[in-house]
Amino acid sequence: MQVSIYRYIPETDSQPRMQDYEFERPAGRDLMVLDVLEQLKIKDPSITYRRSCREGVCGSDGMNINGRNGLACKTPLGAVVKNNRLVLRPLPGLPVIRDLVVDMTQFYKQFERVDPFLINDEPPPEKERLQSIEEREKLEGLYECILCACCTTSCPSFWWNPEKFLGPAALLHSYRFLADSRDTAKEERLSQLDDPFSVFRCRTIMNCANVCPKDLNPTRAIGKIRTLLVKHGT
Amino acid sequence: MVVNVSNFSRNGLSDFLLQRLTAVVIAAYVLCVLGFLWLNPGLTFVEWISYMESIYMRIFSTLTLFSITAHAWIGMWTVSTDYLNEHHFRSFGHVFRWFFQLFVTVAIVIYVLLGLWVIW
Ligand code: SF4
Ligand code: SF4
Repeated sequence: MQVSIYRYIPETDSQPRMQDYEFERPAGRDLMVLDVLEQLKIKDPSITYRRSCREGVCGSDGMNINGRNGLACKTPLGAVVKNNRLVLRPLPGLPVIRDLVVDMTQFYKQFERVDPFLINDEPPPEKERLQSIEEREKLEGLYECILCACCTTSCPSFWWNPEKFLGPAALLHSYRFLADSRDTAKEERLSQLDDPFSVFRCRTIMNCANVCPKDLNPTRAIGKIRTLLVKHGT
Repeated sequence: MVVNVSNFSRNGLSDFLLQRLTAVVIAAYVLCVLGFLWLNPGLTFVEWISYMESIYMRIFSTLTLFSITAHAWIGMWTVSTDYLNEHHFRSFGHVFRWFFQLFVTVAIVIYVLLGLWVIW
């Protein structure tokens, strides 16, 4: 199999290039894309990428794999390799620090903007703030996000206005707290979202839901925020 | 960076709702006119004129004209802030966007004046 990897060191290279490597796929078992990178790195230690848990929990090895964002550790070769070729590029839309490592600052800035924590101004109970089973169920499909940025960096609306459109990951978190029965800052949260960009730049292209490695659906969460905004504003 | 001053209502929700509402008006108008044509085969020009010149159709046409204007402005403003910005054209982004929005404004004003002249 031929593996083509995006190589770029902004400080010294005048422009990025693709470097090809030969890789022997073992017979009888599938590998993850991350396994390929690990083995290639033994031969060429200069290849740079992020990784940590290698099991889809930390969200650090998000990259563009044969044209589609995903986690290298959770993507089997069998599912993505076509014509015996694997092309690895950094997540699109963010500045490259080196090779497959991108600068996530803008992504985290948008995450911070939605106050991604529980706000409750009532005096704390003795033990903990309880939820009913139904209230807790509303958080399913929201709290699982690992902030890998696969969704946000595949969203054209984020590419064109990364400073103003929050992007699917931040919006998913925003809805996670809007939907939380223990949160008392709903009004303030909604007021912060009501400008032409933060939420409404989403054009329901659904790239986000299409790539999420945790099978979450930010598009649906954004739709729910819109509904809340309509109720809030009328 | 893109700013909001030239946005229709400067509020995301009203723009969003207005764009949907105007779309409904436009769709209703198209259905109304197509329905009239469909129900009246062999229509003469005189019948057509008297239909379009009735006061109800004049008001409906005017409403649709303004709906198209608002719909177009919101849509064009969105397109221009997506594609005619500093990400695509660096420091020229805001110049391109400014000229584009000026062009769209002039086109819309001419369209409305012409439309009102035709309808009334
Ligand atoms: S929603 Fe999915 S793709 Fe987006 S950051 Fe969270 S886990 Fe990653
Ligand atoms: S549905 Fe919205 S947030 Fe998701 S990729 Fe499309 S425009 Fe972006």
